Amino acid sequence: MSKTLIRGAKVLGGEVQDVLVDGETIAEVGTGLSAEGATVVEADGQILLPGLVDLHTHLREPGREDSETVLTGTRAAASGGYTAVFAMANTFPVADTAGVVEQVWRLGREHGYCDVQPIGAVTVGLEGRKLAELGAMHESAAGVTVFSDDGKCVDDAVIMRRALEYVKAFGGVVAQHAQEPRLTEGAQMNEGVVSAELGLGGWPAVAEESIIARDVLLAEHVGSRVHICHLSTAGSVEIVRWAKSRGIDVTAEVTPHHLLLTDEMVRTYNPVYKVNPPLRTERDVMALREALADGTIDIVATDHAPHPHEDKDCEWAAAAMGMVGLETALSVVQHTMVDTGLLDWAAVADRMSFAPARIGSATGHGRPVSAGEPANLTLVDPAYRGTVDPAGFASRSRNTPYEGRELPGRVTHTFLRGRATLMDGKLA
Amino acid sequence: MKRHLISAADLTRDDAVLVLDTAEEMARLADRPIKKLPTLRGRTICNLFFEDSTRTRISFEAAEKRLSADVINFSAKGSSVSKGESLKDTAQTLAAMGVDAVVIRHSASGAPYRLANSGWIDAPVINAGDGTHQHPTQALLDAFTLRRRLIGHEAGIGQDLSGKRITIVGDVLHSRVARSNVDLLHTLGAEVTLVAPPTLVPVGVGNWPCEVSYDLDSALAKCDAVMMLRVQRERMNAAFFPTEREYSRRYGLDAQRMAKLPEHAVVMHPGPMVRGMEITAEVADSPRCTVVEQVANGVFTRMAVLYLLLGGNEPAVTQPSSPSSPSSSRTEEK
Repeated sequence: MSKTLIRGAKVLGGEVQDVLVDGETIAEVGTGLSAEGATVVEADGQILLPGLVDLHTHLREPGREDSETVLTGTRAAASGGYTAVFAMANTFPVADTAGVVEQVWRLGREHGYCDVQPIGAVTVGLEGRKLAELGAMHESAAGVTVFSDDGKCVDDAVIMRRALEYVKAFGGVVAQHAQEPRLTEGAQMNEGVVSAELGLGGWPAVAEESIIARDVLLAEHVGSRVHICHLSTAGSVEIVRWAKSRGIDVTAEVTPHHLLLTDEMVRTYNPVYKVNPPLRTERDVMALREALADGTIDIVATDHAPHPHEDKDCEWAAAAMGMVGLETALSVVQHTMVDTGLLDWAAVADRMSFAPARIGSATGHGRPVSAGEPANLTLVDPAYRGTVDPAGFASRSRNTPYEGRELPGRVTHTFLRGRATLMDGKLA
Repeated sequence: MKRHLISAADLTRDDAVLVLDTAEEMARLADRPIKKLPTLRGRTICNLFFEDSTRTRISFEAAEKRLSADVINFSAKGSSVSKGESLKDTAQTLAAMGVDAVVIRHSASGAPYRLANSGWIDAPVINAGDGTHQHPTQALLDAFTLRRRLIGHEAGIGQDLSGKRITIVGDVLHSRVARSNVDLLHTLGAEVTLVAPPTLVPVGVGNWPCEVSYDLDSALAKCDAVMMLRVQRERMNAAFFPTEREYSRRYGLDAQRMAKLPEHAVVMHPGPMVRGMEITAEVADSPRCTVVEQVANGVFTRMAVLYLLLGGNEPAVTQPSSPSSPSSSRTEEK
């Protein structure tokens, strides 16, 4: 069994320690450790985190392999410090049967750059009318625990109620894409000052907030838990905060881009900024940061949404929504949350590893960095400063809003069950 | 002026007055037996119309031909676009053919901006209307019409619209004409009031340089011009207002309301008009209504824009007392 000694790392940003990995597990954490024959990684005070877990990734396989595949997506994940990703169900065919989720799960195992946990669709074909075979997907080899029609909202209140009730049987969770469809017909960007000026269809905050308000009340009524995908407005934060204060079992996520970018960027009409939910205002960004800091928002999730060049190199209305995020997420979180003093690295570990693993029931991930635990680890150099160059992305797609932007931090090493998937910034 | 004309907000006060003055000079051509200048001889302009438009396309084509440009008309219908070709591919095809300017009409807001700023083509881009965003030459022709009516042909030269009060009525939410006019009229010093039902006023309008009212009657008595906007009948199905009849009662312009206007005030409409709903036939056909003038002025204004972007970078206006025809003497130097 191979051994790796990570020497001189700040574990969760705390004290400098050595971590000895033996095979798939952490053998020892302490100071002055040595191990004969071990591969030594000199951390030089870099931050050691539990391997990151992304509860919201689009891998596009099956069906849109021109955008991303399980292989390229998991390579991107490893580059970004992730050891597990949850793959969204809006593939072609939709992941609404045991067969499709098992296919995705097996592809993840074969490629080995990170664990891939498929998310199952809530409704057949994401059409919002008939529940998918939630139990069969859970009982499959993929062991699905998270269900979502992401990309579309489960807007029928009865269907949403039934889904929340049904998944209680096996501890599942419904992850809602909160978007009231009638209020967002023709919507192309945040509704407000900028949309009025640009003549782009407005996407009102209330379209998100009204669904969240309904769903937390439904979750309370049926005694289930609900997860809210990609919060984007200050009002959504207030509703989740209220729901938690009331004891409702709700969790929520925010994307890195909603922590940094605003609808002012849309003035360029550059579709690289076209995303669902849309970029909001500075006030919303500040509220989201504050909510992530105080725990109202539980986790950071990338909503990594790869698209081929031609789907973005066009006029705004014709462009696909979404941006890639796996490889820049930690840098954006450092920039917006750590360097601003809102979160320390231990809290980053919580929001990007412990909590997402807990919400998604990803056993083996989001574990403490201590002896006997699976060696899923990420080493980060927070002092690094560099310009984002998408040409170097492992993802098959390049639709990043950060091209040419300087961002701090760099993932130098990623270990999946003791095996390096990223070594000195290069995929292993 | 900037290299492209994408938005009325791109124009400074001096830019806009220069266009209006140049258009005034172009208008003198209309009285000549041969309404043509050699200014853009040898230049090729493509009218790239991804959205149906009769009035604007013909107006641009007439303007281009009166300046002796070679004109290519492109309509998306039945073209490679209907076979799935993208705007980028179309633009690159035109670039390869060496067009000197592109006039683009597109249903997508921002399409002309993308065309001008994405490196797909290296030619001036003139926005002939994009989605619900902008229609800058419409705003210019409206301003030209207003200046002529409210100040005078000759007296208006060099003047802006300072102190003039313009009321714009109707579907502001979906109107590129309203957006363009608010920008340009404000730049020219006018005071603009938008009047519409609250459902047809965009969220965020508070940042626009204008007043907003939901009451047409109270706005009429103090304005120099009232500009009616087209209301698409399909809006009724989206519950923007209850019925055509109710809209007409609250926001339509009839003779009774027109009588509340000051005597000198004019009625404008970008066309095509929905008679009986937004404007009665009596008003539309009255001498105070400038709709037909606006169409004629559209050609002069578009000639001026094309001239300034492609042909000349100096004022085309000469003194009326000049012994030779001012327009011909200036433009033939180019």
